Amino acid sequence: MIVLRLALQSLVNRWITALLTVASIAFSVMLLLGVEKVRTGARDSFANTISGTDIIVGARSGSIQLLLYSVFRIGNATNNITWASYEEIARQPEVAWAIPLSLGDSHRGFRVLGTTPDYFKHYRYRRTNTLEFTSGKAFTDLFDAVLGADVAAKLGDKMVVAHGLGDVSFVEHDDKPFRVAGILKKTGTPIDRTVHVSLEAIEAIHVDWQSGARQPGQEISIEDVRSLDLKPKAITAALLGLKSRLSTFRLQRAISEYPREPLSAIIPGVALQELWDLVSVAETALTAVSIMVVVTALIGMVVMILTTLNERRREMAILRSVGARPSTVLGLLTAEAGFLTLAGVALGTALLYLSLAMLRPVVDRLYGLNLNIEGLHWHEWQMLGAVVVAGLLAGLLPALRAYRLSVADGMTIRT
Amino acid sequence: MPDVLDMTDVTFRWPGRSGFGMTVDRFTLAPREKLLLIGPSGSGKSTLLSLIAGIVAPQSGRIAILGTDIARLSAAQRDRFRAEHLGVIFQMFNLLPYGTVVDNVLLSLSFAKERRKRAGGQTGERGEATRLLSRLGLEEKLISGRSAASLSVGQQQRVAAARALIGRPDLVIADEPTSALDRNRQIAFLDLLFGELDAAGAALMMVSHDETLASSFDRVADLTGIARILGSDGVPASEEPAS
Repeated sequence: MIVLRLALQSLVNRWITALLTVASIAFSVMLLLGVEKVRTGARDSFANTISGTDIIVGARSGSIQLLLYSVFRIGNATNNITWASYEEIARQPEVAWAIPLSLGDSHRGFRVLGTTPDYFKHYRYRRTNTLEFTSGKAFTDLFDAVLGADVAAKLGDKMVVAHGLGDVSFVEHDDKPFRVAGILKKTGTPIDRTVHVSLEAIEAIHVDWQSGARQPGQEISIEDVRSLDLKPKAITAALLGLKSRLSTFRLQRAISEYPREPLSAIIPGVALQELWDLVSVAETALTAVSIMVVVTALIGMVVMILTTLNERRREMAILRSVGARPSTVLGLLTAEAGFLTLAGVALGTALLYLSLAMLRPVVDRLYGLNLNIEGLHWHEWQMLGAVVVAGLLAGLLPALRAYRLSVADGMTIRT
Repeated sequence: MPDVLDMTDVTFRWPGRSGFGMTVDRFTLAPREKLLLIGPSGSGKSTLLSLIAGIVAPQSGRIAILGTDIARLSAAQRDRFRAEHLGVIFQMFNLLPYGTVVDNVLLSLSFAKERRKRAGGQTGERGEATRLLSRLGLEEKLISGRSAASLSVGQQQRVAAARALIGRPDLVIADEPTSALDRNRQIAFLDLLFGELDAAGAALMMVSHDETLASSFDRVADLTGIARILGSDGVPASEEPAS
């Protein structure tokens, strides 16, 4: 006990270097664990955004691109699907339900989605969750809108849809104000940042627009708009639910070979997997960098222990003189490295959870990434365990040197 | 009762140190005997002390301490034996500066079960350490003080003596323990040390190059008459790097 206490006091005696060593290990562990948390957080967040949809149909494009713009509101569609094609696909016997999606407009930086009330009935997220209203209901009138939770939190209940995307838009459809019909419960998906309107509404705000700009002198009043035929001519994408999953691949092929226009049909899970394959390179690079940072911190610790070794030869000789085995000397130094690493790992983990708790709302707002704060997963425990083992192994280096010195010094005290 | 120390036909060479070593034909120390070993630098005193302490083992010969031949023991057994039966006082830098005075004394008992029992066990060892320290003339407020670093050299040597003596070892070996003290303090230190050695029933083997201390000891011996230095090239080799 006295030996351990003295070893601890020896460390306390060098508290500045010890503290800096612990801090550098802590920050490296924080980085390592942080990368892992953001990685799994992003994956979960993406995987939880859509479920229950068997096929997504869009204009011919890469499957990842189609997935990103139709579900995650990232990027833009290259082309549209004609309404006629959509109707034909929706009529296929295998199809249980079909939801058309029309994208491309925004309101104060929030994307506007034109769809049908079926969207609120069939859309599923986080496996089986349905969309729920905190207030109001689905849109019924032409100028009704349903707001995602984040949109509602930021905006009042009157709104104007702007053409194009971006926070500040010069051209606004300000002559056709919308009424908020309902507000959706928070889902932790891009739906929270989406304004939902009917397909007809999307048509309505564009009737007097041509080529992306309002034609001067041709403004049409709200009353006139209501009397027009607002049947959509084209949509951006469609979500399909099938009666039987067995027909998924057959229908996917049939849509891809659709003769009248080039279409793509993707299976969300498969496209998501393709996306992971794509980003896994970046993930691996990030993980590699954070591992190197951990290694650097451990090297710093070894340097710190090695530099104290010479002045501690006295300590070793005294310990040997009272009967300590050379292996005790070895054990003490290894234990010191292990203790420093363990302290660093514990501090780093605590710091990570602290910063996660503080940054979570910011990340959610800025990137729509819903980082769950949950306990350490098994493989995260494994990572931390690996760091501690690496610290112990690194500690063997100065420990072996001290061992050799203490054997060579014998009964001589050197300072 | 066997001799405290009995070395016979001992040959030792340091591993990997250009063959530096020594031989000892015969060297004994009686129980409670206080021996002053005079030896100039380079006469191999550190090597001899390392052999007696069992830090190193001879290539051949017998080193019996209280009848136990430590040359036959394993390294681990020698370490254990040293912890139980020996006390060591270095020339200087005897203490772990960040430890308390009492912890520095109790360090001796960390690796020695029997010795700890003799010192009063878990409950009595602190009292015993305090008693020894005050018997060796250390002031009360210094004994209870937190850090050993603030002590003067003379005070540090007294703490080192207390560490060597706690738990009544059979043999105390001391490597010029008074060389850092002035003349008056040397005498005072030796008086206190001898008093406690008698109380503990321990023998003393003290190495010094200072012959003026001889009058206090039972016996004075010349190291060069006991141990012959083996150099790699046959000429009398220099001692291992000066300490």
